[in-house]
Amino acid sequence: MQILFLPFKRGNNLQLFSSSSGLDPREVVEVLEQFLQEGRVSALLWEVCHQQAQAGCLELQDSLLNKIVCLPEHVSNKLQGENPPVFFPQNYFPLLGDAVLQVLEKISDSLRGGLDCSISFVSHVLGKVCVHGRQKEILGVLVPRLTDLTKSDCIWQRMCWRLVECVPDQLCFLPDPQLLGSLVVKNKKAQFVVTQKMLLLQYGHTTAVLQNLLGYLSLDSLRRPLLLRVLQELLETWSSSSAVKHSPAEQQLYISKAILICLSHLKEPEIESCRQELLTSMMEGVKCHLDSSLPQLRRLGMVVAEAISLKINTEGPVLKFEKAGAALPLVLESSEKSHTAAPVTPGEESDAELDSDDDLIPYDMSEDKELKIKAPVYIRDCIEVLTGSRPEDVDKWEATVKALESLVRRNPAATREVSVELAKILLHLEEKTCIEGFVEIRQRAQVAVLTTDPIPVAKYLTSQFYSLNYSLRQRMDILDVLVLAAQELSCPKFLGKTKHSGVQKPCIPLLPGSDSSKDWRRIVDERIKSKTRRFDMGQSRVELASHPNEFNSVAGYFFFPLIQHFDRPLTTFDLLGEDHLVLGRLVHTLAILMYLAVNTVVRKGIEQGWLPAWEPEVPSGTAMCFRACCTETGSKLELSGLRS
Amino acid sequence: MLTVLMALPPPDPQFVLRGTSAPVHTLHFSCGGPEPDIPLLFSGSENGFIHVWNLKTHRVDTALDGHGRKSVYCVETMGGKDRLLSQGRDQRICLWDLAEGRTSVTDSVFTEHMGFCRCSLLKVAQGRWLMAMAARSLEEVQILELPSKTSVCTLKPEVGAKLGMPMCLKLWQLSCGSQPVLLAGYEDGSVVLWNVSMGKALSQLSCHQEPVMSLDFDSEKAKGISGSSEKVLSIWCLNEQQNLQVYKTHELVNAGISDITIRPDKKILATAGWDHRIRIFSWKKLKPLAVLDYHTATVHCVSFSDHSSPWDRLLAAGSKDQRISVWSIYAQT
Repeated sequence: MQILFLPFKRGNNLQLFSSSSGLDPREVVEVLEQFLQEGRVSALLWEVCHQQAQAGCLELQDSLLNKIVCLPEHVSNKLQGENPPVFFPQNYFPLLGDAVLQVLEKISDSLRGGLDCSISFVSHVLGKVCVHGRQKEILGVLVPRLTDLTKSDCIWQRMCWRLVECVPDQLCFLPDPQLLGSLVVKNKKAQFVVTQKMLLLQYGHTTAVLQNLLGYLSLDSLRRPLLLRVLQELLETWSSSSAVKHSPAEQQLYISKAILICLSHLKEPEIESCRQELLTSMMEGVKCHLDSSLPQLRRLGMVVAEAISLKINTEGPVLKFEKAGAALPLVLESSEKSHTAAPVTPGEESDAELDSDDDLIPYDMSEDKELKIKAPVYIRDCIEVLTGSRPEDVDKWEATVKALESLVRRNPAATREVSVELAKILLHLEEKTCIEGFVEIRQRAQVAVLTTDPIPVAKYLTSQFYSLNYSLRQRMDILDVLVLAAQELSCPKFLGKTKHSGVQKPCIPLLPGSDSSKDWRRIVDERIKSKTRRFDMGQSRVELASHPNEFNSVAGYFFFPLIQHFDRPLTTFDLLGEDHLVLGRLVHTLAILMYLAVNTVVRKGIEQGWLPAWEPEVPSGTAMCFRACCTETGSKLELSGLRS
Repeated sequence: MLTVLMALPPPDPQFVLRGTSAPVHTLHFSCGGPEPDIPLLFSGSENGFIHVWNLKTHRVDTALDGHGRKSVYCVETMGGKDRLLSQGRDQRICLWDLAEGRTSVTDSVFTEHMGFCRCSLLKVAQGRWLMAMAARSLEEVQILELPSKTSVCTLKPEVGAKLGMPMCLKLWQLSCGSQPVLLAGYEDGSVVLWNVSMGKALSQLSCHQEPVMSLDFDSEKAKGISGSSEKVLSIWCLNEQQNLQVYKTHELVNAGISDITIRPDKKILATAGWDHRIRIFSWKKLKPLAVLDYHTATVHCVSFSDHSSPWDRLLAAGSKDQRISVWSIYAQT
């Protein structure tokens, strides 16, 4: 066998395996198989290590390294499906592992014997195997044995560290911190891998690996500063809003786990020293996490914040979140109990929200408010609703009716456009649902329409008074509305019961005054007051603000049409006959109108113009009677000062 | 202790069934059958049709027309999806045979009842049911045995009681074989407990100021709940002496409840509101759990499904807006 490898020693080209060498691959493989089975790999490795100590031939070593590690691939490439089982990776690499162990033993013996020995080739082999992804097979053999050997023997420990030192990238594959020793403190690369790469750059490792790693850092006092630094850096990432927004959820979970494990390892004096930083990071981090739109991130933030808060506030108020969601299987034992944290898996969120009856988690009910049917905002919409044929929308109808008066008063211009139509609708409006004070509401709406646009609406109403097919109630309504509107128009201040929200001017100032003019007036008044001696206060009189009488221009439209046809009976309306009830009302109305017209220009016309208007149709007797009644009623009203 | 509440927004319906073309007044699930039975939902609408919805395809399998285009306000199955009972405003209760694709009315009862009181069914023996329904006379409730249609008794309030019309009924018995009992809610706001065999009232409780619109009862806990047109839900219990007592009340945000139903596992209950919302409460403590706001008009009815697997359980709500919303909520308890 050694003959085959003599060419290696002499640095010949290793083309033995290629078909161009003329040898049958199968035969070569048979030889190799025998080579492996007789444990010659370890001899080979020992040769190299031995040689390395004396002189190096890098090229040879590299190719040897390549061949040793890639032997399974080469063989299977050649033989395709006919590999002997010893060349399968799952068999080959454990075998290689054994060989490595044997070599290491030899090396340790040699070292004890005082001879120098290089271990770098072995560690390169190890490293390359791990890079090729076969760490499980080879480490599965190596690690248990090494763990045993390094327990008490310091030479073995040193050897182990040296082994690992050469391949710091593969640190993650070593589950046992003992094998690492203080490597991380001395070796910069190892430190980088442990504190940065494995925690911040990678996130695929299991919780067990994390626990081991961070436990390893916490075990030795030399390494504890690293632990603190690691925690700081983890917290920095955790509380960075861009990290929360952009890094994947798995990475955030990984970092959160790492933070929680670190926290569990912290001792009191260490917490004391970084309490402020912890608090700051926690506040920032919590904010970023709660702002996230993903519920699992929010939950992660809450869990970590709670843990931090628990750590930094051993007494006093502690941050506690009510997490609507799974009963998270989160168990974080305090550092007093043990240094190894119990498994922390805040990510295990099941979709189940409920454990038992009492834990039925309520949903957000902040949107649940009183249902308000909104009335239309525009007059034309009101018209649509009121004339609408849809019988189902009674809620809307009701809301419209109630809101109509205020809408009319607030939008006089819009009302004027549709005033007659509105008046018509209101006159015919019947109660659809049981609204309290429906009649009053309707009347007020009618009055509002009439006062907003007196002339056309008055014309309409008075014409309707003497029209066919109205009920007595409706005719009397017309009269009432006319009276109320006349009152409102002629009154110096508004009698409207609804409070107008300041949109309507309470009165039209006769003299436009500027602010400064008011000021000097006030100053003058005060000066006069202060310099005047008063003997008697006298009767206080409230001075009413004056404004034009709006009834003035429209009184005629209210009055004259009403007196036109009083004696002409219609088929459905006989004022002087059956329906004399209305006659009384009419007289009353006319009287009030006359009274209210007292300051108007039309008054003379009203008082004197009756008779000519009726001749020659009306027997003068009737007309005179009528007029007398009205005047009488009117004077009565004047005397009593009553306004109905 | 700082408490930060993070509640989830309420879920959306799992799906919505459209196609009734009329307000939906009643719903009933039939999903308990083993595979390959298709889970079904029966709905009764104002246009007199009963739609049989296939819950796999979300489409109507059959439309039954048996009430002369008058509103159907109650549907129930009698021991499986092949036998259906429906009640309409044509004053009739119809019994349907739906097996093997048939859609025929096998029998009907002329109730002469002009109101909206839904009848209540109780299975007393194999193939035998008791049905409580509002009868012709204003305050009476009649109990019939089905399918024989023989009258068991008529429950008449005493003279001068002034209960008004019966509004909602619930027949139940404590266990199979024990005396059937009826709970009836009346127009004057009271709930009366009747002994059916003897035909007399055992207890009367005034729960509401307005008519009792709907009630449901949990016979295991001897506790019931009723809703009316006002803002209050009333929870009452039955003590050992068979007396009804008010246990607690719950005030709602908006007035008006059309329907209340307790889930078969007695963990939660759902109410259908006039304010277009479905409310979910825990039954144990009446803790408000969710407000489901999907419909745009009064919700007339709510119903829980009878799936054998708890994970499939659904809640359906029928509304005046002609839609049936189906929800999966708290299905994992």
